[in-house]
Amino acid sequence: MRRWWFLLALLPALAWGQTVTRDGVTLTPAQEARAEAIGDQLRCLVCQNESIEGSSATLAKQLRIIIRQQVVAGVPDKSILDFMVQRYGIFVLLKPPFMPLTWLLYASPFLGLTFGFLVLWLARRTQSTAPAPLTEAESARLNELLK
Amino acid sequence: MSPLRRRLLFGIPLALAVGTGEVFYIILRRMQANSYDPRALPSPLIGHRPPAFTLPGTNGLPGFANTDLLTPPRPMLVNWFASWCVPCQIEAPMLAKLAQRIPIWGIAYQDTAPNLAAFLAANGTPYTRLATDASGLTAINWGVYGVPETYFIDKAGIVRARWAGALTDDIVANELNPLLAQYS
Repeated sequence: MRRWWFLLALLPALAWGQTVTRDGVTLTPAQEARAEAIGDQLRCLVCQNESIEGSSATLAKQLRIIIRQQVVAGVPDKSILDFMVQRYGIFVLLKPPFMPLTWLLYASPFLGLTFGFLVLWLARRTQSTAPAPLTEAESARLNELLK
Repeated sequence: MSPLRRRLLFGIPLALAVGTGEVFYIILRRMQANSYDPRALPSPLIGHRPPAFTLPGTNGLPGFANTDLLTPPRPMLVNWFASWCVPCQIEAPMLAKLAQRIPIWGIAYQDTAPNLAAFLAANGTPYTRLATDASGLTAINWGVYGVPETYFIDKAGIVRARWAGALTDDIVANELNPLLAQYS
């Protein structure tokens, strides 16, 4: 029985010691998860609408290898993303950062909303005031007509 | 509803639609005239010197390093290409023509010597130097994302333009010639 407890205690170590190999780089599952998270933020420049993680282009594979090597070397996420931006420009980031070039992009929902309110305000109908009460002659004529 | 308000309600969306249409029209016209490519990326290397590298020569031509590009006597082109790349074959006659006016140094991207020899025998050699980047790692440092790519380097060794894809008559007339006039 004691032997079983010992084996049970060793079970988490099994998961910890496990490694994965992706594109020829061996790393722990946690490192692989980090590398995938980084790769998902980067555009494959060959296919332009795929992430580096999802692309089968040779260049994407090479960049995946570089990301994994840097992750294993303990380089922070920000530095790895900067490495890519330095080489390929801001377009390599799938989520554009907030910068002068993208102000209009990020402001567009608010501009649209403002424009919508403007149209709404222009289109709103002026409240019609209740008509003045009928004079005696008018009510007499109304009664005559309704007879 | 006052007449002014009615006019605004009609006029503002109309002006917006006309303005947007005008912008799209200009974009499409420039795309047709080949002076605008929506898929082209500006190179972060423009305005800077190429990153550090040393690449060996191949096919009897000397290779080169970034230090060889520091002060060229004349503006020059660095052309990334590969024997396996179809647009590079299409570009070859253009490079042969340009080689008479401007020095062109080549870098073969992820290629082998025998394939390169066959490619150059079939298409001619416009290059005065020819380096080979077998691993493709120097290409990544340059920000090359496909072949062919051509970089214009001025006499101070600074990259002034990058063209992704084969050089065309339009690019030479509208972009390369003005650059040559400016930096010669």
